[in-house]
This record gives sequence, structure tokens and C-alpha cells, in this order.
Amino acid sequence: MSLEIVLAIIVTSIATYSSRFLGTVTSEKIDENSKIYRWFNCLAYSTLAALISRVLIFPNGDLIDTSYLMRVVVIISAILIFYITKRNLVYPTVFSAIILAIISNYFG
Amino acid sequence: MINFKIFLKGLFSIKSFDSPAIALGASFIAIGALLKNIGFTIQESIFSSFLIYALPGSLVLAESMIISASLLNIFLAVWLVNARLYPMTVSLMTLVISKNQPRWKYYLSCHFVAVSSWLIMRSNYKKIEKKYRIDFWIGIGTATWLIAIFSTIIGFFSAEYLNKDMMIGLAIVNPIYFLCAMIGVMKSKSVSFAIILGAVLGPTFYYISPEWCILIGGIIAGTIAFFIGERNVT
Repeated sequence: MSLEIVLAIIVTSIATYSSRFLGTVTSEKIDENSKIYRWFNCLAYSTLAALISRVLIFPNGDLIDTSYLMRVVVIISAILIFYITKRNLVYPTVFSAIILAIISNYFG
Repeated sequence: MINFKIFLKGLFSIKSFDSPAIALGASFIAIGALLKNIGFTIQESIFSSFLIYALPGSLVLAESMIISASLLNIFLAVWLVNARLYPMTVSLMTLVISKNQPRWKYYLSCHFVAVSSWLIMRSNYKKIEKKYRIDFWIGIGTATWLIAIFSTIIGFFSAEYLNKDMMIGLAIVNPIYFLCAMIGVMKSKSVSFAIILGAVLGPTFYYISPEWCILIGGIIAGTIAFFIGERNVT
């Protein structure tokens, strides 16, 4: 294994674990019926939603090669399928992967 | 030490038809292929998913390796993108911690906090007595973590068979799955506002700071949602 890559992985894992560790330390002092817990709960959902929408609107990785319009079409279709299939999570997910791959192949 | 029956219950709770494990697996297949394409060996790829186990962090690592970023830059970029794990851990571990269990279980198993495992735990924890929730959580975490590692291996070895369009298809699986999952959990006023405001403010702050947008957008959105929820309660 290359030393440079191993060091980068270790640094990445420390940066990631630090948030998990601090979260656990904080949890030891919090009651699940307290206001502060409810605030943290809201923060958990909001930061997650912020991350997901950022990935869809300003992607990194392979999604960079898809246009904004392609992603909007896939997102709206996936949400419609989610509701049509009575909130099933598999159908919109599989559909979005297939449709985006096809659109990207023909229009990308 | 660990209630094995409860552990197994957690381990097998990922096998439902619409389990987040599907999105997790697809994403780590893409990560495995990406790591191979940027020059990682199979050992380095496994080591990466084993130790990091967070998709955005792995993506930042891959991008940082491409541009030969310094270790300090990698640390800061990963810390910022994964700081969301802090409130996620607090909101999960508070439900799990019991005085009857040893603390090492919490500090070891917090490594399993990720979107997929978090969602599975959040939708199942009420079925488990508080004293045993940690064993249930370790079961869920072990299962999702192993899926991530094995999917990385699959992705690494199938990299040459995955063309650009297939990689794009795999890359959309994770955000779409969790977008729908987020819509699905919008049942209370505070959670609904937290999700909607977070989805709007996160990308909005991208124009001010791409690195800080998730954290700033998330904190402002979550705080507003909290006050809306509290006003509703009183």
C-alpha cells in the first residue's frame, strides 16, 4: 500500500470519526425528552436534507457530467413514482438510475 | 457482553424489500470503481471503506487524491462535509444510551453512524427495550458496514465493465433514495420544516461558501424548524 494513500485514508477517517465521537460525548449528557434533543433532531434532518439537495444541485463525482435539466427531470419523475407506488423507495430509486443512464447515453 | 438475539435482529433488519442497504450498496459499488480508476489498490480501497464508511467523505478523499491536496486540506474538507454526522449521532445515540451498558459499545459503534443505518435505526428503535438498543444498533451498523465494504470490492473488480453512463446511473441512486426517504419521514411539523428548509438553504449557501453550505444551511434551517415546532407544541 502506498504511504501517501494510507495517510490520506487515516486523515479522512479521523476527520469523519471526530464528528461521530463528539456526537456520542454530547449524547451522554442529553435527555431524549429535552428541548436540546429536539433541536439536535431538527439539525440532523436539516443538515441531511442540505447535503442531499447539494449533491443533486451541485454534484461532484460522476453526476457532474449530467446537465441540470437531466437531473431535474429524474428528480421530479422519481418523486412522482414514489407517490404513485404508495411511498415505495425501491421503484423510484431503480427507475432514476436506469432513466438517467439512458438519458445520459443519448443526450450526454 | 452482547445480547446475540437482539444483535441478530438488528443485523437482519436491513433485509426488507425497500431497505436503505440497496442505495448504500449501489453507492459503494460506484466508490469501489472510482477508487480503482484513480489508482487505489484493492487493499487501499477496502481499507478506505473499512475506516471511513461515509460516502461524501470517500468522494472528497478521491477528489483530493486526484488534485494531490495536502493532508491538512483533506482533513478540513472531509470534516466540513461530514460535520452533519455530529447532530445525526446525537439524535441517534441519545435514544440508545443506557446506564446498564458499557460505554465502549457506544464509542466503538458510533463509527456505524451513516445515513442508511441511521434511517433503519430511527424507524425501528421503538420496538426494542432501551437497555438492548445498543446491541440492536451494533447489528444494524455491522450489516450496513459490511455491505459498504463488500460493495466496494464488487465495484473495484467490476470497474472495467462499468461504462460512464452506468456510473452516472449508480451515482444518482443514493441521493434519490434518500430524497424519497426524507419525504417519507415528513410526518411532524418540525421535521417537515427542517427537511424543506435544509433542502433550500443548503444549496443557497453554496453561492456564499461551497465548503460551509451544508453546515450553515443545516444549522439555520434546523434552528428555524425547531422554533416552529416548539411554538406548535406550546
